[in-house]
Amino acid sequence: MERVPILKLGDILIVSIQIDLDDQSVLALQEDLADMVVSSGARGVIIDITAVEIVDSFIGRMFSTIAAITRMLDAETVVVGMRPAVAITLVELGLSLGGVRTALNLEKGVAMLEHVRGAAG
Amino acid sequence: MSAPRELPIATNGDVVVVRQQTRSLAAEIGLSLVDQTKIVTAASELARNALVHAGGGRVLIEVLEGGRRPGLRLVFTDEGPGIPDIEQALTEGWSTAGGLGLGLSGSRRLVDEFDLVSAPGEGTRVTVTKWAR
Repeated sequence: MERVPILKLGDILIVSIQIDLDDQSVLALQEDLADMVVSSGARGVIIDITAVEIVDSFIGRMFSTIAAITRMLDAETVVVGMRPAVAITLVELGLSLGGVRTALNLEKGVAMLEHVRGAAG
Repeated sequence: MSAPRELPIATNGDVVVVRQQTRSLAAEIGLSLVDQTKIVTAASELARNALVHAGGGRVLIEVLEGGRRPGLRLVFTDEGPGIPDIEQALTEGWSTAGGLGLGLSGSRRLVDEFDLVSAPGEGTRVTVTKWAR
């Protein structure tokens, strides 16, 4: 099983998925992120899927689950960089990624997190 | 072009290999990027189904030529418990494995042709086809 590295930049954790995710790697990432949000006190998580060619129901559910877990740990998750073909396929598959914030790229994701934090005071 | 390829589905890693092989053949026959993504996503769902519900199975990936347009056909076979109520299994949101229940119903929407043969105790065979446009 390959593990996805998690980078820390200020109070944001950045995950850039560069591998073909198998289900075990997906579950490991959920746990690693929850641990690291708590240990680092991060307020935001960005998952960059620019390099991800497909998102099936298992991977899509992972995004929703991570968003819910980190929200419970006082951090917001933003998924960035989704390819157009992936978005089309997800909608047709019937997966709407409820509760998951998205932004077009890393830069906009960071701006979104700053905005969310600003609004929360 | 390519001879049919049969791949085992016994581990999570095998599901990834099924995706990769489907992707490379889909690109080879000239499916559009969106159609490649759809058939690979369907392959991922169906391979996981075989793994989770039947403890594993296999897939035959075949390039269809000779017609007006080339196509890609995937036949997933397992010797698992089979599906007692196929109508129900194809209902969106129906899940027996704690999933989202999108595997079968969602895959059907992503392909051009979808065929499911199953009976209790006799395993399951799902055939999906995507045609180049």
